[in-house]
Amino acid sequence: MSKKQFKSKILHGFLHDPSALLGSMILVVFILAAIFAPWITPQDPYDLTKVSLEHFLTPPIWMDGGVSPYLLGTDDQGRCILSTIIYGCRTSLIVATGVVLIAGSFGILIGLLSGYYGGLLDAVSMRVADTFYSFSTTLWAILFLGIFQGGSIIVVIIAICIAGWVKYGRTMRGSVLEIKDSAYIMAAKATGASDFRLLFKHLLPNAMPPIFVIIAVDLAVVIMLEATLSFLGVGVPLTEPSLGMMVAIGKNYVYAGMWWMIIFPGTALVLLVVGINLFSDWLREELNPKIER
Amino acid sequence: MGTYIVKRFIQGVVVLLAASMICFGIFQYSGDPALNMVGQYATFQEINEVRESLGLDKPVYIQYGKWLVNALQGNFGVSYRSRVPALGLILERFPATFELVSIAVFMAFCIGVSLGVVVALKPNALVNRIIMAGSLGGISIPTFLIGTVLIMIFAAYLEVLPAFGRGDTIQIGFWRTGLLTVSGWKHLILPATTLVMYQLAVLLRLTRAGMREVLTEDYIKTAWSKGLAPKTVIFKHALRNVLIPVVTITGLQFGELIAFSLITETIFQWPGMGNLLLTSIYETDQSVIVTYIMIAAVIIISANIIVDILYAVINPKVRYE
Repeated sequence: MSKKQFKSKILHGFLHDPSALLGSMILVVFILAAIFAPWITPQDPYDLTKVSLEHFLTPPIWMDGGVSPYLLGTDDQGRCILSTIIYGCRTSLIVATGVVLIAGSFGILIGLLSGYYGGLLDAVSMRVADTFYSFSTTLWAILFLGIFQGGSIIVVIIAICIAGWVKYGRTMRGSVLEIKDSAYIMAAKATGASDFRLLFKHLLPNAMPPIFVIIAVDLAVVIMLEATLSFLGVGVPLTEPSLGMMVAIGKNYVYAGMWWMIIFPGTALVLLVVGINLFSDWLREELNPKIER
Repeated sequence: MGTYIVKRFIQGVVVLLAASMICFGIFQYSGDPALNMVGQYATFQEINEVRESLGLDKPVYIQYGKWLVNALQGNFGVSYRSRVPALGLILERFPATFELVSIAVFMAFCIGVSLGVVVALKPNALVNRIIMAGSLGGISIPTFLIGTVLIMIFAAYLEVLPAFGRGDTIQIGFWRTGLLTVSGWKHLILPATTLVMYQLAVLLRLTRAGMREVLTEDYIKTAWSKGLAPKTVIFKHALRNVLIPVVTITGLQFGELIAFSLITETIFQWPGMGNLLLTSIYETDQSVIVTYIMIAAVIIISANIIVDILYAVINPKVRYE
């Protein structure tokens, strides 16, 4: 099968898989909303001149006591819930992209080098990876942020990367080990290609497919983790919008029957994650030659 | 096997040392516990006295050395906040966490694996498609949201289940159990359900994926064509091989499980170790944090070793040299 045929087969499979299509549509809507947030939201919830305490804890607009333009109601600070959700998704997507970029590049590099060179480098880096992985990304992030007492979105990204690179490193290493003895790599070696050329021109692109699945899965995992950290109060600072923090605020009013403060941000979070998971499920099956379709 | 376990044990000790060193390293950059203890209106002299009494005026390597020598004798220091030994404080809360986690894991494993097998056998049946959609929900709804929504529905609206604490407990020796009272079980339902969801969905999906791969293998086709009973083919030939990665991943996710139980305990004010850790983090209670990390590491490392042994039991091909 040529490269072109392979590409068109993947595209065909994608267009004929309703759940993959649905997933990517959800994702596109969220990304567009996040990018154009300042233009589509009724209110900038973190601009203090726009928020008035006059309308706080109002219910959605279709219920008794609902106030225009607060479509989904307001929270205890008078912030529009719909606007905060859209800005919160922006935070989620920024953190997820940041983690995938930083943890991904670091992990891929480590995996590539230790898979190719083996020996001491491989032994040491994989033991370190085991240590980080066995404590779990979530636990590392909670400990790191808790002890450092938060700070900013960047600190949250770094906290998630501490153990987040391991998945990429291990997958890349396995992938490199599988292909490094294949004929075309031998041939490249025989032509006298430098190590650098071998690593980045021949091994890296061919070892990437499993990494794509990891990236897709990781986006969803990181979005949930950021929300969890913010829910626990160790994530993004109070001055930044976050879906997790919205649920935490809503939980304070859970016995007051103000369900909209929990359900709306919660639904947005789950929709975003489901969208990514639908897409990554499809990708995983598509790239796994062992499953008959 | 024996040498292998010894090797893993030594590795575990190295991990413990590394983790404790990292902790002390990070503490240098975190808030000052002495400042936290005396409050913001204390004079410099008062702060320095507290610092001296905790040994915080010494350089970090001396602090670490002192801690290590004491820890080797089973003395993990005193909680800055409540002035009782940190180890005792945490171990006292161990039963609560253990009961919650073990019940959740047991349920997740039984339900997850059996549903996974059922779904893999007839992937296109309507019921199974619904189960798969549900499992997608299970991995897409974060633990904190499940817990909050459960509280909203069952505690705030329906008012049928308690949302906070552990209920009535009974003390048996050093173990305080909530499993012997009706109120204890009632209090367990919501947190255990919260903790089960994610694990269940992951196990279900792993089992299903594994079964789908294994069922296409030649040896399964041979087993069918030999005319073996479906029960034998599915459970003895297929599932046994599928369980190998499932058990490994369960073991590897033990750290994740501890993290999720921490979140669950916080939401439901469950008086366990995780809840204590988060409170200690807010209060910069360093000796409790370090002790917790040491205990968590011991649990995770032993879980990994146990999984390796189970691995050899399930898969006779595995030999540890």
